[in-house]
Amino acid sequence: MITVLLILVPLVTGLITFLLKGKTARAWAFISAIVTLVISIGCALTYQSNPASLTIDVPWITQLGANFHFGLDGIASVMCLLTGISYVVTFLSCWKHEFKKEQQFYGLMLLMQAGLMGVFASFDALLFYVFWELVIIPAYFLCSIWGGKRRIEVTFKFFVYTFFGSLLMLVGIMYLYFQTPGTHSFSWEAFKSLHLSSGQQSGLFWLFFIAFAIKMPLFPFHTWQPDTYETAPTPVTMILSAVMVKMGLFGVIRWILPVLPAGVAFWGHFVMILAVIGIVYASCLAIVQTDLKRLFAYSSIAHMGLMCAVVFSETEVGMQGVLIQMFNHGIIILGLWVVVEAIEQKLGTRDIRELGGLAIKSPKLAIAFLLVCLGNIALPLTSGFVGEFMMFAGLLQYSVWMMVVAGLAIILVAIYILRMLQKVIFGNFNELTEKIVDLKVYEWLALAVIVGLIFAIGIYPKPMLDILHHTTQSLLAMNMVP
Amino acid sequence: MNALISTAVFGIFLMISGLFIKSKQAIRILAISGVVAAFVLNIIDFRQYGASATELFHGMLSVTNFGLLFIEIILGCVLVYFLLSGKDLANIGHYTGEYFALIFFILCGVVLAATYGNMLMLFLSIEIMSIPQYILAGSDKHNLKSHEASLKYFLMGAFSTGFLLMGIALLYGATGSFDITTMNLAGRPIDAMALAGIILIAFALAFKVSAAPFHFWTPDVYDGAPTVVTSFISTIVKVGGFVAFIRLFHIAFGSPDVDKHWLLVLSIITAATLIIGNVTAVFQQSVKRMLAYSSISQAGFMLFAVIAMNVLSWQGILLYAAAYSLATIGCFAILMKMKDYTYDGYNGLAQKQPLLALMNTIFLFSLVGIPATAGFLAKYFVLSAAVEKGGLLWLVILAVCCAAISAFYYFRLIWAMYFKAGDCQVEEHAITPAFKSVLALTALLVIILGVWPGLILAWI
Repeated sequence: MITVLLILVPLVTGLITFLLKGKTARAWAFISAIVTLVISIGCALTYQSNPASLTIDVPWITQLGANFHFGLDGIASVMCLLTGISYVVTFLSCWKHEFKKEQQFYGLMLLMQAGLMGVFASFDALLFYVFWELVIIPAYFLCSIWGGKRRIEVTFKFFVYTFFGSLLMLVGIMYLYFQTPGTHSFSWEAFKSLHLSSGQQSGLFWLFFIAFAIKMPLFPFHTWQPDTYETAPTPVTMILSAVMVKMGLFGVIRWILPVLPAGVAFWGHFVMILAVIGIVYASCLAIVQTDLKRLFAYSSIAHMGLMCAVVFSETEVGMQGVLIQMFNHGIIILGLWVVVEAIEQKLGTRDIRELGGLAIKSPKLAIAFLLVCLGNIALPLTSGFVGEFMMFAGLLQYSVWMMVVAGLAIILVAIYILRMLQKVIFGNFNELTEKIVDLKVYEWLALAVIVGLIFAIGIYPKPMLDILHHTTQSLLAMNMVP
Repeated sequence: MNALISTAVFGIFLMISGLFIKSKQAIRILAISGVVAAFVLNIIDFRQYGASATELFHGMLSVTNFGLLFIEIILGCVLVYFLLSGKDLANIGHYTGEYFALIFFILCGVVLAATYGNMLMLFLSIEIMSIPQYILAGSDKHNLKSHEASLKYFLMGAFSTGFLLMGIALLYGATGSFDITTMNLAGRPIDAMALAGIILIAFALAFKVSAAPFHFWTPDVYDGAPTVVTSFISTIVKVGGFVAFIRLFHIAFGSPDVDKHWLLVLSIITAATLIIGNVTAVFQQSVKRMLAYSSISQAGFMLFAVIAMNVLSWQGILLYAAAYSLATIGCFAILMKMKDYTYDGYNGLAQKQPLLALMNTIFLFSLVGIPATAGFLAKYFVLSAAVEKGGLLWLVILAVCCAAISAFYYFRLIWAMYFKAGDCQVEEHAITPAFKSVLALTALLVIILGVWPGLILAWI
């Protein structure tokens, strides 16, 4: 029952938000986000004590055999937790931001949260598809109404890309549905126990994977992402990059690895090569970016590429690394956006060339920025390190060469992040940055939560790994290709 | 067959009442109560007919609960249509009673299409549906384009009716029967005469539902006819044509050793309809014309129900009829309130009429096939019917690519309404609270059907 609340609370509160006005809407949305966070923490705790109680399965469309089948496993509960945290942090960081038509902004944000929770909690393929699409609709409006210049074209490109991918996934779902025995079913368990020929699986693999690859985004499907991150309003970018792109990886973990093991065996290596190319390519592009948002967008492509590569390596340590990194990367990128948003709010620019000397005038911001960036570089004792170390160890077991090429990213990320840091927070201040004021309380609070999480998980990742342990085990057990 | 009798009687009644009743308002209310009466009377019929066919009038009609349910959906959509656009229909010209009477005659044809058991009745139903349409398309007598639409439609329609008759004649020659259930084409080698008959009928029906390459009349007729008429003929009549199509091909030509002869032809027609409808719609500047092409592309999706031939396709066509008709009638009802029919005419509608913009968005979502709207499940049913049949995966993938294209032209309207600043001109006086609330209820229905299709499907 508690799982349904994860979806229902944001959905209902989101619809109510449309009826409120201005600041009331903002406060209402914030309270809703906190309630959802509490529920998701509750879910994560329940998962450890009594996982069976999180499952709910009632008929939906009886003619098709589609059910409202919700449940949480390790990775799903961690992703729900990430969604809960992201919303609280996002709303905190834009607490004083005056959006036009505020009630619509917050209403759409909450509807999107309901969609995200639904994606993570669905164990019925049709339901999964419905939520998968429902995430994109509020995102489309959020980016198109409150975005920067060129917002309509950029957002539409983003929409059509993902819509096209998900329609192909729908065809895949239909095909699998008719393979299930007896009265057909969409349930994950039924899909998992299918015995398909390797020919079928390798075809189906692409029907599903294109949707997920576009969402991640994997090179060469990534072209929507930097533009969208740049033009979207920063609170939306936060949710897109922290949570929504993880849907792609989550889809691979939920619907491809267990359902199409032979397809993975056949195409996995190819996808890994694409991912590794993407890592190096995106890292190189990140070096030359002058816009902070674009820089982090490319950095995000590189990180997602690494996770995608390792997820197909099917090694235990690697898989564990991917699962924890999905959470960690979400937290770190949130921190980066909070800082970008703070800088843009105070100075009205995100151009690296115009910034400088922030450490002198606003030390709190500079320190927080530095710490989050260290997490992004994956310095030991930060959470980024835990995930990346395990992922590279997994990749090494799979292939030394791939690890070496992907490992270039470790150097490249240090280059572009440190170079950016040096230009933005060190050096002398100029006429523009002279007037900067330090972090407001709410921004400081948001960053404190993030930095706290980065170091907590970096120093003691065991609780998180425990939750994810079972998922890793079952994924690997299922994926033994006969 | 209460629906057949009540629609025919009401048609005649309204035609005569035009002589005595001068108030447009009164005739409109009369027509609405006529639809409600037919709706209720049709529900009563449900108890008598089951899933297996009941023959009436010596096999001329064969009534199933599928047919009745289809009629029920159509009557529901017409009710929505009258409530939303009845005033516009009454105001086309001076002959209010006649306009409504013609609509009722068309309904009578749709009822026949859903229940015919004999090819003669098929011919009759197609004709009863078509002839009032020719008149309605030309009902705006002061508009040259309306005349052109009417004439074009009539000439092309008469031509295709000829095809239909020739097809029926050839089939009769080959089988010695007009009865669709006992025609019995299966079990013996098919001769050239029967094959030619099937293909001719397929072409004639493809013309009626505006499938490519028989679609050339559609944009001009839909554009030229008064908008309120276009709203009707592009929805109710089109799905009426589809139910005739699907019933004939499933019942008479559906057995596996017959369908191999026409399946490829219809698959190619489907592919062509999808591609032409969607690609051409992208280039339209007028929303009315865009909706005309959109109706072609939606016909492409409905053709999947014809070629798939299984339980899912029967359920699919029911859902599609409801989803497509409701959404398109809603879009047209809003279009009629605009002064400028181009995309730019919608600029800034969200500021001026937030409710109208929101409802229009829901209808457009349903037409695109976004989940949680009826359009999604309708598309899902017809496409998965084709997947279940097997061998049509190429067509399904083509269809989803076309669905992605369709997002472009439907979303362009959403851009105009929400993201572009502008001063759109609407007919304020026509947007009454009653209109708004019916519109909101229709949109709600679209969402309810999208979440709970059992509302319709539980009845068969």
